[in-house]
Amino acid sequence: MYKTQVSHFTYDFKTLRNLLAKASPARSGDYLAGVAAVNNLERVAAQWALADVPLKQFLNEALVPYEQDEITRLIIDEHDKSAFAAISHLTIGDFRDWLLSEQASTEVLTAIAPGLTPEMVAAVSKIMRIQDLILVAKKCRVITRFRGTIGLENRLSTRLQPNHPTDSPAGVAASILDGLLYGCGDAVIGVNPASDNLEATLQLLHMLHNVIERYQIPTQACVLAHVTTTLKAIEQGAPVDLVFQSIAGTQKANDSFGINLNLLQQAHHAALELERGSLGDNCMYFETGQGSALSANAHEGMDQQTCEARAYAVARKFKPLLVNSVVGFIGPEYLYDGKQIIRAGLEDHFCGKLLGLPMGCDICYTNHAEADQDDMDMLLTQFAVAGGTFIMGVPGADDVMLNYQSTSFHDALYLRQVLGLKPAPEFEQWLQKHHIFDDENQLTHPSAIPTLFKTAIQKIQRGSDEKG
Amino acid sequence: MKKDKRFIVPQDPWQDLSRFTPARIALGRTGTSLPTKASLEFSLAHALARDAVNIPLDFASLEHSLERQGYQTLTLQTQAENHRMYLQRPDLGRLLSESAWLCLQNNAQITSDAVVVVADGLSSKAIEHHALPFLHLLLPQLLASGYALPPICLVKNGRVAIGDAIAEHYSARLCIVLIGERPGLSSPDSMGIYFTYQAQSSLSTDADRNCISNIHSNGLNYEQALAKLLYLIDESEKLKISGVNLKDETSDGESNEQSKWANFLLS
Repeated sequence: MYKTQVSHFTYDFKTLRNLLAKASPARSGDYLAGVAAVNNLERVAAQWALADVPLKQFLNEALVPYEQDEITRLIIDEHDKSAFAAISHLTIGDFRDWLLSEQASTEVLTAIAPGLTPEMVAAVSKIMRIQDLILVAKKCRVITRFRGTIGLENRLSTRLQPNHPTDSPAGVAASILDGLLYGCGDAVIGVNPASDNLEATLQLLHMLHNVIERYQIPTQACVLAHVTTTLKAIEQGAPVDLVFQSIAGTQKANDSFGINLNLLQQAHHAALELERGSLGDNCMYFETGQGSALSANAHEGMDQQTCEARAYAVARKFKPLLVNSVVGFIGPEYLYDGKQIIRAGLEDHFCGKLLGLPMGCDICYTNHAEADQDDMDMLLTQFAVAGGTFIMGVPGADDVMLNYQSTSFHDALYLRQVLGLKPAPEFEQWLQKHHIFDDENQLTHPSAIPTLFKTAIQKIQRGSDEKG
Repeated sequence: MKKDKRFIVPQDPWQDLSRFTPARIALGRTGTSLPTKASLEFSLAHALARDAVNIPLDFASLEHSLERQGYQTLTLQTQAENHRMYLQRPDLGRLLSESAWLCLQNNAQITSDAVVVVADGLSSKAIEHHALPFLHLLLPQLLASGYALPPICLVKNGRVAIGDAIAEHYSARLCIVLIGERPGLSSPDSMGIYFTYQAQSSLSTDADRNCISNIHSNGLNYEQALAKLLYLIDESEKLKISGVNLKDETSDGESNEQSKWANFLLS
């Protein structure tokens, strides 16, 4: 079935799962899992063979058996045959050509999204270059709403990530104010709590809610605790805008995260009932990342990029406001260096967008990976050119709680300047109204403190005078 | 160069907020970009953190210090034979080497309640700075609670899950792993503690563990970390579980200075 002959060698890849893994561009996690191509020729042979596989075959051959994996069941049971009809005659190779053609317009891509499975999308990405991934993703448009409108053309949103090593409210507040004054935070103000502690989560939830109310900021809050902690918080009457959870592409990996589809359904339902969105009811925030299934020893023989795309099937079920691929966080065992991180980030964005998800990217690396700020600048620029939905805003790009480097408020401003990208319209108006941005969406003069925050800042200054 | 000839980058007028957080806030900007000073400070911190990953832990000195305090130790090696292998093969960092198994087997297998494991992880500085002072608080507490402890296991090139096999070997209910966390730019010496109830090698997953992270001079202090760990131990003994279904419901005592300003954005 998956046989091919290249350069006097005959290859027989036996299963679709194996074929996909062998066709995947080189990365350390697939070597670690023992599923990668053994050399360049085998990889290209697999790509040739993959190009000839009909899209239909993906509906006939599950990568993880239907009976043993609820993600497989979700993908098969919720596949939309009528949306698929328009492309059902294509092979993977034809599909790439079609995606790049004029025929695949924004409207057409939106219409076929429910007819695509994660595996089809992962497969076609494996025979696409970076410019292909950018071009096609740029044509996709995914718009979501809670208190703002995220994903419009020529817009880029930012998650304000004001983490603090001990969840100190003053420390978190300091980073929030810094971020807002740099024009950041329209996707979400999202704190990773230092411990998965209910008390700390409740305290942060109330504080974020109060800040958003007090300053009338058209954004939403999220405390990125485990979904079970957030459910407890909702039970206790806490103001929860978005429910967060890390998700993966196999049932076994999700087990290791302590979640399943039922639990997510329950959380989604609980958040919907709060009816806290003023413009829309997209109330879930998911994070993913290549390598997470393997790190839980739950990849089921699949390559890490295919596993990642399957996580998007989980995300798609719950109509999230935001999905974030935390691409370089996991470490060099899975994505070794800047080159691997950059490609993975663009693949994830492409796959997520094609499946109809509001994809952001935590453009990031750890200190034990072979990467630096130059690599981040390349992914940052390419991600924005590809029409990425949102990026992180971390003070100085240095997350002092999670111990990794992400993107900064300055990075977002750089993209706004070179690519003319604006924040979500409601947030843009708020920034202009309070003279944080001027009419041209540029920061106003640095020495001018916006009236809105004058009292808070003066209080701090007086406080330090008293102390001094 | 005369000062008036220099190009001066104006400072953000909210500099005073910096005392509330080690985060890189109020960096200022030139245009919308990072000023030279902030950019070079980042490069300096990155260089230090990169180097911290590669400095090996002095196990002999750790052993001596613990033995001087009257605690027995065993130093064990994982199947990740060197640092490079450790970084690229997390699976090997979760498996004890053959010699480590021999060493465990030669050590009289006493029935135990808890094992304490110290692994270098990704930051030797974290263990060098924080393991001893933390153990100095923890071990007397465990002994006072009547827990039987085998020797403290010091593990070279270890990952978190290495504790599972050790706990199993000693038939211990409680597995406490102190490990060097990935070095951050602002905290190259952050220590984490992972706690697992009834750890089982190759069966326990991340969902079965509780984590107390960010133990360093700008993060959680030893007393706070200890209070959290003791709470988790007590609760796990009652509920017979650990991990995502065991919630840490302790509250962190904040310093007066911090709580005085807790709501500066709100009051």
